[in-house]
Amino acid sequence: MTLMQRLTRMPAKVSRRGFLAGSGALVLSTTIPVRAPKAQEAAAGPDVPAFLELHTDGTARLLSPFIEGGQGVFTTFAQIIGEELDLAPENFTVTSAPPGPPYGVMGGFRITGGSASTRTAYGLMRQLGASARAMLLQAAAAEWDVDASELTTEPGVVVHAASNRRAPYGDLADAAMALPVPAEVALKDEADFRWIKTAVPRLDVYEKSTGKAQYAIDVTVEDMLLAAVLHAPRLGLTPASVANLAEVEGMRGVHSVHLLNGAVGVVAEKFWQARNAVAALQVEWTEGEAEWPMPADFSSDSFRATLSEASGDAVEIEATGDAATALSEADNVIEAQYDAPFVVHGQLEPPSATARFNEDGTLDLWLPNQAPEQFQGAAASAAGIEPAQVRIHSQMLGGFFGRHFLYRTANPFPQAIAMAQATGRPVKLIWSREEDFLRDAPRPLGLARFRGAVGADGPVALEATVVGEGPTQRWYGAPPGPDVSAHEGISGKSYAIANSYVGQVPVANPAVIGYWRSVGHSMHDFMYECFLDELAAAGGLDPYQMRLNLLSGNDRLHTLLTRTGELSGGWQSGPYEVDGTTRARGVAMASPFGSEAAAIAEVSLDRGEVRVHNVWTVLDPGQIVNPGIIEAQVQSAVALGVSQTLVEELVYENGEPTARNFDGYPILRPDQMPAVHVDIIESGAEMGGVGEPGLPAVGPAIVNAVYALTGQRIRSLPLSKHSFG
Amino acid sequence: MQLTVNGTTREVDVDPDTPLLWVIREELGLTGTKYGCGIAACGACTVLVDGYATRSCVTPASSAEGTEIRTIETVEDTDVGRRVVEAWVENQVPQCGYCQSGQVLAATALLSETPNPTDEDVEAAMSNLCRCGTYNKIRDAVRSASEA
Ligand code: FES
Ligand code: FES
Repeated sequence: MTLMQRLTRMPAKVSRRGFLAGSGALVLSTTIPVRAPKAQEAAAGPDVPAFLELHTDGTARLLSPFIEGGQGVFTTFAQIIGEELDLAPENFTVTSAPPGPPYGVMGGFRITGGSASTRTAYGLMRQLGASARAMLLQAAAAEWDVDASELTTEPGVVVHAASNRRAPYGDLADAAMALPVPAEVALKDEADFRWIKTAVPRLDVYEKSTGKAQYAIDVTVEDMLLAAVLHAPRLGLTPASVANLAEVEGMRGVHSVHLLNGAVGVVAEKFWQARNAVAALQVEWTEGEAEWPMPADFSSDSFRATLSEASGDAVEIEATGDAATALSEADNVIEAQYDAPFVVHGQLEPPSATARFNEDGTLDLWLPNQAPEQFQGAAASAAGIEPAQVRIHSQMLGGFFGRHFLYRTANPFPQAIAMAQATGRPVKLIWSREEDFLRDAPRPLGLARFRGAVGADGPVALEATVVGEGPTQRWYGAPPGPDVSAHEGISGKSYAIANSYVGQVPVANPAVIGYWRSVGHSMHDFMYECFLDELAAAGGLDPYQMRLNLLSGNDRLHTLLTRTGELSGGWQSGPYEVDGTTRARGVAMASPFGSEAAAIAEVSLDRGEVRVHNVWTVLDPGQIVNPGIIEAQVQSAVALGVSQTLVEELVYENGEPTARNFDGYPILRPDQMPAVHVDIIESGAEMGGVGEPGLPAVGPAIVNAVYALTGQRIRSLPLSKHSFG
Repeated sequence: MQLTVNGTTREVDVDPDTPLLWVIREELGLTGTKYGCGIAACGACTVLVDGYATRSCVTPASSAEGTEIRTIETVEDTDVGRRVVEAWVENQVPQCGYCQSGQVLAATALLSETPNPTDEDVEAAMSNLCRCGTYNKIRDAVRSASEA
């Protein structure tokens, strides 16, 4: 399929115009109508009532534009608003905002992704808190008949020192919320911060430790039926018939059997009955109408070979100096090709959707999602109604990592809608883990070719060509080049190499591909940073020292790498002996999502398998809100980075993934988790992301450590498919 | 059949081979017990059966007849369970939280049986998966709950 054909298959609800180059997965645009603000609205402050309710008991409710899925954004927002409002974060309840224009805080749209929530909304959240505080002061001023400038606050209380009067926020809440939002408010001086920059405890930890937290899979609505589906084993097939239809319809609890596009669904009184029934189905599959049918001969091995052999023209992504000439003049040119596999999201909560049609023709949908307006639009199309008739209830996510974007064939809600329409009852559809594996939109298999030359002082030329397709081209029509998801982590590096070139040879990926934690960075930094180590080895240079030299003009990154070395107790490559094991270390860096990261990993071999003992990592997100949440996010990102480096690979054969569950697709076990030592630098640069940036440097640090230990250069992940002596 | 869950004996009308997980979630409405894989690979569905951490997704309901089943909803009814939950909060363990019902019950089973576990005991008992990678904090929390 040509690029143009693919571009014309863009989602109807997405405009290409809004696509901005250079900003990663974050910058997507939708055609959700955003009315230009009227003049007087433009002059007013943020739409406080849309986001914030102050209650008479002194508590506040925040409607968050971004979804909570473990990254701590609800707590972070309570902390930021609480700071300016002068209300302790624990007094907030935070829920997901419904679809609607006030929440399009990314310039008319919003998604929860790109490690963007806090850095996007930091200013807005502060303004919301400050505006609400100003409204409380106004209300108290009116009540006491004094000038608002004479009033101050203590947490949760307005104070008039001159007359020794005090009013809890709750007493002023109704009057305050009825006042106009002030057009301009002063924000606090950072030096006076009480909560921002401290490790405020998370608001949801007790609920999540006692089973009280509710996820989409836990939703119950009155009179609902439960559904399960059996997907065609290969995407593109669709059910022709069910040989044992009567038998399945007669199974205990079964309400009805539904032939869907690409799947057969069973609706029953209970989920287990539905699941049992789909397991009993004898379906005859036939070629159907899928947007991206999987070729029957597709395999991940053959696709890797296709990428390896692809010889089309490269689109230039970035260039400094003249790499081609420098390479042609160099004596010793190093060449290497790297690849990384398809990987599944493996969020622990399987996808589900609950659909209920109401008598007035509206539809309620409870589901996991990272983009409420996009789901609202797609659900309306699926149901044949208007978006305004669809209420989206965004649920707490049992993990996401990019799983819950709108990827047509990967979301259960269209099937739930179809079965709710067919049965006339509310339907909750749960995809079993096996169906999730079958229809997940995995991180694309990626490949890159490198050529480089090194002199006595370091690399003199580096040429990198990425081959393949990124998810932002697939889902949002970004062309090669502007689609940074296809090359970030090979592009965007900061090393001062006099002659460098990055290009992309676009090759369409037949599989349905998606965003995975840290997106392109999740594999490209591995490729680049390991090749950089190859250049160091070829030049007889120490990989840590060589990187420091390449960063000599860059204070921020020089400091970051130095701090990482110090955190590890001083850089050493090894091998050396510890506790009866022989260990070695590797180092790598990454510049993901507006932040900077460096990592050093320590490995040994344990019965032929790589064991990671320690990861020392430093993150510089520029500015911080909650160091506790950042540390936890880095721990989490490191775990996923170790997991994909050691063991993860989704293999396709005959157009189907061979693994359907965690038995055939291992993920990191507790006994494989290294000790993780995290440090955070607040350099004062523009605020960057924290959810994903801890991941990309981990893989290459491990693989470089494996080289230091064994002399084996691993250029294809995961490590578990290689044997080590 | 009759099942005794969280101290109450209830009559449930299900096929005997229905996994205990789905009886707990759908017949008894206790949704704190989670479905993650259905094949005993992840531990999200862990409940206590006569005090032992048990993966309920592969436990036929009929095999649990006559046992004492305890789910996350009543974990704080015992001293050990309360200590474990406190340690989880103190150490800020959960991220998405989806695996944590199972993790908390696995820790409760371990510390009820072995109040001062060795590192090997902890490693053997705490085998549930966490996709959010909270493993280090889980280990710290088990440690602090055992010393308490
Ligand atoms: S759901 Fe039972 S072990 Fe995963
Ligand atoms: S906290 Fe998300 S799976 Fe463990």
